[in-house]
Amino acid sequence: MSELRPKITTNHLVFEDNDPQDDLVTLNLGPTHPATHGVFQNVLQVDGERIVSGVSTIGYIHRAFEKIAEHRPYYQITPLTDRLNYCSSPINNMGWHMTVEKLLGIEIPKRVQYMRVIIMELARIADHIICNGILGVDTGAFSGFLYVMQEREFIYEIFEEICGARLTTNIGRIGGFERDFNEIAFSKIRQFVKRYPPVLTEFEELFNRNRIFIDRTSGVAAVDPETALSYSWSGPLLRATGIDYDVRANEPYSSYDEFDFDIPVGENGDVYDRYMVRNEEMRQSIRIIEQALDKIEKEPKGIFHADVPEFYLPPKEQVYNNMEALIYHFKIVMGEIDTPKTEVYHAVEGANGELGFYLISDGGRSPYRLHFRRPSFINYQMYAPMSSGMLLSDAIINMSSLNVIAGELDA
Amino acid sequence: MSDIKLAPPPPGVTGSGFFATTLDKAVGLARANSLWPLPFATSCCGIEFMATMGATYDLARFGAERPSFSPRQSDMLLVMGTIAKKMGPVLKQVYIQMAEPRWVIAVGACASSGGIFDTYSVLQGIDEVIPVDVYVPGCPPRPEAILDGVMRLQDIVRNESVRRRETEEYKALLESYGIHKND
Amino acid sequence: MTKLNNETLIGYLKQAFESDVNGVEEPFGLLSITTSKEKILEVLAFLKTNKDLQFIYLTDITAVHYPEQALSIAVVYHVHSLVHNVRIRVKVFLDGTKPEIPSATSLWNGANWMERETYDFFGVIFQGHPDLRRILNVDEMEVFPMRKEYPLEDPNRVDKKDFFFGR
Repeated sequence: MSELRPKITTNHLVFEDNDPQDDLVTLNLGPTHPATHGVFQNVLQVDGERIVSGVSTIGYIHRAFEKIAEHRPYYQITPLTDRLNYCSSPINNMGWHMTVEKLLGIEIPKRVQYMRVIIMELARIADHIICNGILGVDTGAFSGFLYVMQEREFIYEIFEEICGARLTTNIGRIGGFERDFNEIAFSKIRQFVKRYPPVLTEFEELFNRNRIFIDRTSGVAAVDPETALSYSWSGPLLRATGIDYDVRANEPYSSYDEFDFDIPVGENGDVYDRYMVRNEEMRQSIRIIEQALDKIEKEPKGIFHADVPEFYLPPKEQVYNNMEALIYHFKIVMGEIDTPKTEVYHAVEGANGELGFYLISDGGRSPYRLHFRRPSFINYQMYAPMSSGMLLSDAIINMSSLNVIAGELDA
Repeated sequence: MSDIKLAPPPPGVTGSGFFATTLDKAVGLARANSLWPLPFATSCCGIEFMATMGATYDLARFGAERPSFSPRQSDMLLVMGTIAKKMGPVLKQVYIQMAEPRWVIAVGACASSGGIFDTYSVLQGIDEVIPVDVYVPGCPPRPEAILDGVMRLQDIVRNESVRRRETEEYKALLESYGIHKND
Repeated sequence: MTKLNNETLIGYLKQAFESDVNGVEEPFGLLSITTSKEKILEVLAFLKTNKDLQFIYLTDITAVHYPEQALSIAVVYHVHSLVHNVRIRVKVFLDGTKPEIPSATSLWNGANWMERETYDFFGVIFQGHPDLRRILNVDEMEVFPMRKEYPLEDPNRVDKKDFFFGR
């Protein structure tokens, strides 16, 4: 094969090839393409149906989160973290709150931790619903997606009951939640735990032993564990190759060590394994939510935030009547609170992998430097090397199973 | 008696076996009820669009049954999500490739005005590169809001003159964006 | 194998590198060391290949800009030993006018895009990187936007009147 080296001219990558027979076609996949779920571009050199090589371009939705974060106080960065992985935004919110609480040394009560676990697992289910549903749509099966999207609408109803928003939730505050989950929210969560497993079983019956689906996904894009580790993969992709690295089990946060759940692991790391790992993770999430609901029953009622008036806004009635509460309110909103001048790295298990927050504080109201370790960004870099030698349709399925969320890719 | 109301016909003259109205109204009625969208989904608003296309909020009953990813076969461009400066030329190219008549809905705060991202890399509103007909605010707008935006666009389409795309005013509008007729 | 905690880890590093590894801190239990750009690849390779340490997972590479310091750009590596469940942070301080450092792509393939992102935002040149060009910003950009001297907002905006924003 000829030596293919890309020549960069502004946004367009042109392959300067010494291809003597001139029979390779340059195919531009993206940035606006139904197969790319999000805006990223792959310029592929294709020989018939087989991809010879490819180059990825990203940055089409670069919104400079890290720069914005240096200009906003800590509590205003939460809506920013929403928009990282917007399919499972509560996980990002909780991760950010936990990072700041680690920095400030705030101890969170158990009941709040269990509530956080419920929210995060619901968000994880929501993200996997989209990923597996869209994987089905890409192989041509639209009805599975429609059925599970109804469940995602139910999860939206739960989020709306708790925080008011469906998608970009901005759930919780530094120190807990803004209000307790009311009875309707708890009853909806219990309803969800009962109604979702049969729907998931129905979804699995559509795909798991379907001849067409297995032909399209089994053996496609198989990855061995050493390559996955050297490319810093994490999350369901890494677990599908056989390595059981899950931040919830390795470095338990928010009392995940009190929960009893399994970590599903695949064998060959191909698209079918990734699909199965995500399905099984959804079942484990349901298990965790059930345990969390039981644990919350045993805790004293009504606690929804840590007792830290220096960092958590006091209720408005107190602000209008009580001098101390007024002063705390003023100091928190104006950013006059003292934060330690140090650095912290905290990782949570996002739906795509290890979502890390590297925060350097200089004692002021905004971070000095905030860096997001984004799993989609790091998982996606293997896409172009991995797709050389693949058929075009396999490359599309592969991209779908990587679950690249454009907001997290570019940040 | 069912409570489904039929859509009102445009004003015209009815007789036995015929109904006479102006061409504008008839064409407007046809176009308004069969707008084929081009979902240009870049970020979070795109997920709310997926919810709008789903069963609960069903965009298909407004005639948008066939979302087309090919610009030449679609009528309305739904720009959903933040458009970065890197993406601006791509958006303009997609708009240029659309065949007349074409309409644009800017869904979400980021597409309307840059949203919460007032940064060096984000286009502060897509009306810097393409002409926009309807703005739907929200971050992300609820599916009901997106449907409302589509209904506002339907009002515009229903009342639009057939000759609008040939008028000097429209040509001047496109010229102001640097979009020439035979691109 | 024996439990690897921060004291034994710093013992291994001091034994192999003596004074080239300094600035030892432990914010929130995560060992953080500083080394120089000449030794960084050796330190990372030692961490990765030593049989007792096995820091085979590269979590992240990023940079921080400290304009008041003499060596103003710090490149920060986070590596993780999955076997022992221990993390370590390695920092290298570089001269702000000419930040160059050897690339870690020889050790981990995953360092490729992480270093491109660091170059894009801070201008750090990674020597030996196969394809060092901008990744997230537009290719024609000449400045490195995450450095402290560059503003957040687009300076060429004409429609934002300072009067209405209280400036």
